[in-house]
Amino acid sequence: MEASIAKPTNYLNATHGAASWFLTKDHKRIALLYLISVSIFFLMGGVFASLIRLELLTPAGDFVSSETYNKFFTMHGVMMVFFFLIPSIPATLGNFLVPMMIGAKDLAFPRINLLSWYIYLVGGLMAVSAMVMGGVDTGWTFYTPYSTAVSNTHVVMTGVGIFIAGFSSILTGFNFIVTIHTMRAPGMTWMRLPLFIWAHYAASLIMIMGTPVIAVTLLMVVLERVLHFGFFDPTRGGDPVLYQHLFWFYSHPAVYIMVLPGMGVISELIAGFSRKPVFGYSFVAVSSLGIAFVGFLVWGHHMFTSSQSIYAGLIFSFLSYLVAIPSAIKVFNWTATLYKGSISWESPMLYAMGFIGLFTIGGLTGLFLSAIGLDLHLHDGYFVVAHFHYVMVGGTLLAYLGGLHFWWPKITGKLYYEPFAKVSAVIVFVGFNLTFFPQFILGYMGMPRRYHQYPEIDGWQVLNVLSTAGASILALGVILPAFYLTYSWFKGPPAGPNPWGVTGLEWETASPPPTANFEETPIVTRPPYAFTNEDAHV
Amino acid sequence: MLSYLPFFPPQGSTHAASVDALYVFFVAVTAFFSVLIATLIIVFAVRFRRRSPDEVGAPIHGSLVLELTWTFIPLVIAMVMFVWGASLYFQITTPPSNAMEVYVVGKRWMWKAQHVTGQREINELHVPVGQPVKLIIGSEDVLHAYWVPAFRMKMDAVPGRTTTMWFEASKAGTYQLFCAEYCGMSHSRMIGMVTALEPAAFQTWLAGGKSTGTMADLGAKVFTDLGCSTCHMDSAQGRGPSLKGVFGSQVTLASGDKITADEAYVRESILTPTAKMVAGFPPLMPTFQGVVSEEQIAQLTAYVKSLATAPAAPGAGTPAPAPGGAPAAGTTQAAAH
Repeated sequence: MEASIAKPTNYLNATHGAASWFLTKDHKRIALLYLISVSIFFLMGGVFASLIRLELLTPAGDFVSSETYNKFFTMHGVMMVFFFLIPSIPATLGNFLVPMMIGAKDLAFPRINLLSWYIYLVGGLMAVSAMVMGGVDTGWTFYTPYSTAVSNTHVVMTGVGIFIAGFSSILTGFNFIVTIHTMRAPGMTWMRLPLFIWAHYAASLIMIMGTPVIAVTLLMVVLERVLHFGFFDPTRGGDPVLYQHLFWFYSHPAVYIMVLPGMGVISELIAGFSRKPVFGYSFVAVSSLGIAFVGFLVWGHHMFTSSQSIYAGLIFSFLSYLVAIPSAIKVFNWTATLYKGSISWESPMLYAMGFIGLFTIGGLTGLFLSAIGLDLHLHDGYFVVAHFHYVMVGGTLLAYLGGLHFWWPKITGKLYYEPFAKVSAVIVFVGFNLTFFPQFILGYMGMPRRYHQYPEIDGWQVLNVLSTAGASILALGVILPAFYLTYSWFKGPPAGPNPWGVTGLEWETASPPPTANFEETPIVTRPPYAFTNEDAHV
Repeated sequence: MLSYLPFFPPQGSTHAASVDALYVFFVAVTAFFSVLIATLIIVFAVRFRRRSPDEVGAPIHGSLVLELTWTFIPLVIAMVMFVWGASLYFQITTPPSNAMEVYVVGKRWMWKAQHVTGQREINELHVPVGQPVKLIIGSEDVLHAYWVPAFRMKMDAVPGRTTTMWFEASKAGTYQLFCAEYCGMSHSRMIGMVTALEPAAFQTWLAGGKSTGTMADLGAKVFTDLGCSTCHMDSAQGRGPSLKGVFGSQVTLASGDKITADEAYVRESILTPTAKMVAGFPPLMPTFQGVVSEEQIAQLTAYVKSLATAPAAPGAGTPAPAPGGAPAAGTTQAAAH
């Protein structure tokens, strides 16, 4: 960029004052509002995680009472799942990048976008109020009849908070779908869309189709708790297992709301830092839709021990194996993309490589749980805990951190200090594995989930101490970026439009981008990741 | 053999070795692919590291052959996993017909067990080695799950349903029992011990235990106390069907359907009598929901079972294979029809 005397206006300095932020219709500013809010929820969820790990250092329940411990793991799950993981990538990176990547000025409905943030905030504040008033102890799964008939904690307020936040998810998904359909720049055909967009499109489909189900389910819990409707009460003709069907009908696809956008991020990082098109673009793109579709048909694998019929069990087991295939395809394609690439080892790429390794383990350990004969042993034990943390932390969180580092120069216009970022990526990777790998072993040995205290069985405490030690390292790894990224915002050197030397419309405009994203509407003539002229003629 | 390795719980049941074998197979597949992917990533990232700032990668876009290969191979492996896991599931959830029955009720925060001979235990269970044992599980309040890691087996206790699980202890010893489904405050204290005894020692234990009568006798008493016997008479003259020879047989319903009278059907017929009416009888029976406790349901079930060996009343239909013969992984649903 040529030096100019006047400071160029961008979305950050175009207007000033609180109202210009809290009433903004700019998707980029809304993305930042989301970034700050999901970070706060992540911090809260992380504090609860630390408290859980502290309690489990010793077999005896000697740090807090059982009631308190039960609230800790419930609030950890609620904060992390509903208020961090689900909105994390779509509402921050997705919000910022979906319009930019397709060459649009904004999302299709900027006011609805702002509304979605307020809805999220109201839902989040309700959940936090419930926490401050004494918390909730049902587990994030709210299984009936404990949640409806027994627990005397703040189930209703937390449930309503999640119910409300769900609408923000629906609105975001709806906004993305309309935007991707109608606002692509000239020449941006479907097969020229970055894979980040395909992943967000697939995740958005799940958001709008799945979220209403969890909303209705939580409403039913509230109705049952307050007005004694009896949906889940066998003495009134209801059935507690009905709740599990409804809950997992959403909550299994919700796993893909969490991980699909992460996969989108990884495709961008792998292509960008190999300077090469993603191997098998159309397979990676279509596999996202495949995951979104089959993901709706596997909820029963959470209920192999809930007395569902043997035939239902078999079908859910079979379908769970099918849903693994599109994920396997992605992993192989990302790996193949590296072949003959021009690979640079910058921090976002370290996160991406970590993601592939950890997601592979997370996915494969899911196969253990799909084998019903094995699940009868592993179900509701620490193996399950380890498995889903490999998917959600090893997968989604690493993708989120990788994506945040990758697009940070675009978002802020500043470069962070790369050596810090590299070190923190390594710390996260080591800490994560030390935290969660021992839990696979604990699970097979028989340690149940949600246990405030555990018997003194050979090896159990050692594994728990390792896990707690890992958690402290992991905590350091995720806190570090908060410091050096924030510092870079104020003191970092300017990034320039394309510091990584990668492709994509978002890198063709200034950093930070102008309010309208582009000086003039881009015209797209090449497929994504066209690093050479040969790439451009496919 | 695996039980001598750390990282494995003791192998206490005949299932354990088969589950461990499947687990080892899964670990091997996981290790193979994880190491493969990690190695490729590291090798490529080093071998193809960027050597000059402007360097770009080779223009490779994909390969249909490779895509099909890494779709097909994982699919085949996944199907092997599915079939192996599913056949093991059939094997470990289908109780043999000679299984000894024990009734278990989960209640915050204890496991109550009652043997058919009447002995009661709390947070303990004594079983003989070498004898298949079928647990008939109910819950008095919320969800629980009966988990004995050494047996590699668990099953939820679901309010309103009767669930079953079975195992055969292969070695004398005491094994941890856990509640695996979160049930509130003292969930982590809802634990106990399962003691497997040699058959002779088990008989001694059984003889030493206090019994207030067999479960069938207790059930017969409940049956009379609640007035069930006024309609369900021994003869065919009662206002309700005679229960002789009914358990385990095919019952013809008013709808024309046939159903096997199992534990879940007995429960349903007590709690929601009109759900599956026997053909030829008017819907007169009131619900006993809230009247009978979980334990009384277990005793009534044991009583109805004890009548199964009695000569069948006219019109009761042909006996089906023994109660445990049908695949009974979980069970049918009791109340929600």
